Amino acid sequence: MAEEASALALAIDLVISQDADLFEIIVLSLKVSLSAAFFACVIGFSLGALIATNRFLGRPILIVVINALMGLPPVVVGLIVYLYLSRSGPLGFLGLLYTPTAMIIAQTLLITPIITALSRQLLEDMYSEYAEQFRAFGLTRRQTVSALLWDARLSLITVALAGFGRAVAEVGAVMIVGGNIDHLTRVMTTAIALETSKGNLALAMALGLVLMSISLAINALAQGLRLTQARSSYA
Amino acid sequence: MHEQKVQTGLSVRGLGLSIDGEELLSDIDFSLCNTGITVLMGPNGAGKSLLMRVLHGLISATVGEVTWNGAAVSPEVTRRQSLVFQSPVLLRRSVSANVDFVLRARGVRAPKKRDAALDQVGLLHLAKHSARTLSGGEKQRLALARALVTRPDALLLDEPTANLDPSAVQIIERIVEKTAKGGAKVIFVTHDLGQARRLADDVLFLLLGILLEHSPAIEFFAVPKSAAAKAYLQGDIPL
Repeated sequence: MAEEASALALAIDLVISQDADLFEIIVLSLKVSLSAAFFACVIGFSLGALIATNRFLGRPILIVVINALMGLPPVVVGLIVYLYLSRSGPLGFLGLLYTPTAMIIAQTLLITPIITALSRQLLEDMYSEYAEQFRAFGLTRRQTVSALLWDARLSLITVALAGFGRAVAEVGAVMIVGGNIDHLTRVMTTAIALETSKGNLALAMALGLVLMSISLAINALAQGLRLTQARSSYA
Repeated sequence: MHEQKVQTGLSVRGLGLSIDGEELLSDIDFSLCNTGITVLMGPNGAGKSLLMRVLHGLISATVGEVTWNGAAVSPEVTRRQSLVFQSPVLLRRSVSANVDFVLRARGVRAPKKRDAALDQVGLLHLAKHSARTLSGGEKQRLALARALVTRPDALLLDEPTANLDPSAVQIIERIVEKTAKGGAKVIFVTHDLGQARRLADDVLFLLLGILLEHSPAIEFFAVPKSAAAKAYLQGDIPL
């Protein structure tokens, strides 16, 4: 209990004292995970909508594969990205290993299946309701997809949050491709892992509390947006 | 069977529809002129909604042909029609955005047209409300506004007043009559005999996927030609 109390005090102290190292880590964590969530949403929403509104050979198998990839272990993603980006790998010439870009790529790969699978299910349910009406309107495929995405926007925010939550909380992939280099690729989760291994449990817990507070604040912001939208016209 | 001698309008020839080996519509022939209100009647399972969907190109006929003013059903042809379902699907947007959506799908941004359509159905004061929170009658009127805003040549209505209270029914009937007087063709599916008597210029009577009768309304209600239509009007065939 004393450990928890001291962690909480330390977390508050770190925030109040505006610790430069801590803020650098927070900013990088948000930059990496928000970028990954953004790219994964662009890919995942589009893929999800295409799968939801089309019937093609192999579709059920594709859905099973995407659903299965939701459980992809971060270390496996990290390893695959590492193999591609390492000096001897096919993309080694880009020199991206141990950079924030590599971390964004790894997290994007990790959460794209989650966003694709969840948005596919959500959009498919909505499409089953809308399909005949849209056909009666004579909509093109593009108009159908964009209308579905717009009408599902509030639910898709929750999907995006699920993806962001997974990205900001993972440690395995960013540790492998980022290397946890101080002032370069150190993020909240890798810092927590490092401090734990060094025995600085109070500092590790304090960082954990800050991470959870950030996650809570982002979720609260999204929920506020949902409620505002819902009150205006979405029901 | 009554046939209107017209070169234009809707022509249905030898129409048949089978799904999974079951014949749901068979050998349907009729012609309709480009104006007036045609009421499509028949008991449940007669194939009325299926026929409406075939006319609007949502389902392809197995055999036969459907032409509107000489042109086979195609996306270009159906864009000049509007179909309103018994339970219309409203988008998760405001009332005005629902009407805007139909206009924008046709590449038009016309707030005045949108407001005029909403005014026509008496929903302009609810323009900013969420469409999904409207009452049943208001939802159906919004569906009508969406259908009318593109000024269709033909308005297909599949039981638009089912489950609505009498005042909502009256409002919708007035809109339909006004639309027909404005020159559009209206095809209206209903089980309500009183409504059919009030609105119909002519009646199509379907039973088990077969068109038994196509007559002027006065004639249909006074002296139905088929025994089934007579039984239906007397309430012997369940609605």
